[in-house]
Amino acid sequence: MEASIDTATVQDGQLLTDVAHLEARNINVWFSGKHVLSDVNLRFPKNSVTALIGPSGCGKSTFIRTLDRMHELIPGAQLSGEVLFNGKNIYGPAVDPIEVRLGIGMVFQKPNPFPTMTIRQNVLSGLKLSGRRVRDEDSLVESCITRASLWPEVKDRLDSSAGSLSGGQQQRLCIARSLALDPEVLLMDEPCSALDPGSTRRIEATIRELSESMTIVIVTHNMQQAQRVSDQTAFFLSEEGEPGCVVEFGPTDSLFSAPNDPRTEDYVNGRFG
Amino acid sequence: MTSSLDLEPKPAVIHIVRTRGDRIFRGILIVGGLISFLVLAGIFGYLAQSAAPILKAFGFQFFTDSSWYVGDGLLPSEGSMDPPIFGILPMLWGSVLIAIISVGIALPLGVGIALSIVYLIPKRAVFGLTVFIDLIAAIPSIIFGLWGFFVLIPHGVLWSAWLNEKLAFIPIFNVEFPAFEQSPFMAGLVLAIMITPIVAVVSRQIFSLVPPELINAAQALGGSRWTIIRDVVLPFSKGGIVGGAMLGIGRALGETVAVFFVLQLFFDEVNWYRILESSGGSVASLIIAKFGEASPLEVSALFAAGLALFVVTLLANAAAAVLVNSSKGKK
Repeated sequence: MEASIDTATVQDGQLLTDVAHLEARNINVWFSGKHVLSDVNLRFPKNSVTALIGPSGCGKSTFIRTLDRMHELIPGAQLSGEVLFNGKNIYGPAVDPIEVRLGIGMVFQKPNPFPTMTIRQNVLSGLKLSGRRVRDEDSLVESCITRASLWPEVKDRLDSSAGSLSGGQQQRLCIARSLALDPEVLLMDEPCSALDPGSTRRIEATIRELSESMTIVIVTHNMQQAQRVSDQTAFFLSEEGEPGCVVEFGPTDSLFSAPNDPRTEDYVNGRFG
Repeated sequence: MTSSLDLEPKPAVIHIVRTRGDRIFRGILIVGGLISFLVLAGIFGYLAQSAAPILKAFGFQFFTDSSWYVGDGLLPSEGSMDPPIFGILPMLWGSVLIAIISVGIALPLGVGIALSIVYLIPKRAVFGLTVFIDLIAAIPSIIFGLWGFFVLIPHGVLWSAWLNEKLAFIPIFNVEFPAFEQSPFMAGLVLAIMITPIVAVVSRQIFSLVPPELINAAQALGGSRWTIIRDVVLPFSKGGIVGGAMLGIGRALGETVAVFFVLQLFFDEVNWYRILESSGGSVASLIIAKFGEASPLEVSALFAAGLALFVVTLLANAAAAVLVNSSKGKK
């Protein structure tokens, strides 16, 4: 694993020698005593898009939840290691997990807008939940929905229920909702797996646009998607009875075209998973 | 022309073939539904028939007057020398007032208990607590009545005096006579303890229906335990909580013996809002208080009072259904 990171550095020195915006160091995860993720080390440079790929059950969704302290909310979940956000360990003793989640947003697999709120209220929900205020709510709502590429479709019905939107629109509303807190990092856990191809394409375009101003980590089952949207890719694998780990990590192009590990090669060529 | 008409598409008639089992099942359901309707209609009909002599003699005034004067038990049309005067407004309003007081106390209490069970208390302790709450719901109401009379009132009088002393500038805590024993407040307290378990059990089930992905989303947006409950859990559960509160109101409106012990019935004037004053009303308690030695005409008046309570309870339930549905419609 260390070797693959070194190789990647040689292959794309510029990308990985940047100061990491977010960095996972020696992350190990247990659920009720069972070791499910072993020694993950990943660096996420500023304004990069990182894809986490791998077969089901390899721990990639578990890992992404450790990056904004959502992991610890699952009963029985334990962890060791550090996650450095702007150089500071988010698991440090004096760190408030709520502050962490404000700086690092998350979009989930299933679109989950709040059904009791309007579209506008959904966008502003993070402010309400975290007890913050902004001076100009209207322009915040417009800019967030615009950045999530949803504005033309909803601008005339901001006060209708979020439940009236299609699945793809709901997912973009969830992205807009995260953006309202102005996070520096956006974590996306299979954001397109419940969506049709058209909505998927729109979300991918949104990801590319957002990556100009923020760091994005995306879990995906779809290898074409990983190639389309990401700068670097980490391949997770959990071999029978073993905890999941990162088999290979490097620039997306080289990981897909010339993988170092035979298991990566098998996976990206669709021989398993 | 005819040929083009023939080509015009028409909706097809679809024949539904029901199997025997299907027909029997359908029959059972229809009969069951009809029976519940017939029972309700039958009760209403019997009440209306028994109440008819009084309603004919007093008309709508029976519901708007304040009096329970038995007289010689004959109607003026029967040649009465000392005609009775029946008007149940103080009882009717009293029932509503103590229901409001009890739900006003039980709703926050029950919802709070349910929130603690679902979101705060360690799972291991939940079982014991829920059994305990269910047991409160199983206590017979006569026990609550006796407890209210012998235990609550001696203490409650002191609380009432304190509320009256400190908060008399709020009209509801003002009194004309500083006697606090058997006030709507006491009846409301007893009823609140009786219906808190109902509200708690219903709310708890509603809270456990909140989709975990919504809680997750709120946590990821930097919600604290309190803001998540306020902005996500409670709005989602509003309809169900109203439903639970209405079940409680139904119980409070109909409760008889527990209220009888802790409420002084006062027939000649409506106590609109002075909840600490030792005078109030309750239709159910009126019936239990008067039924034993009532003349035939008075029994008819008690039936009419029961009919009025029946209608008020139905209206409360209908209002609840409307509220629950309208909160669903917004989703």
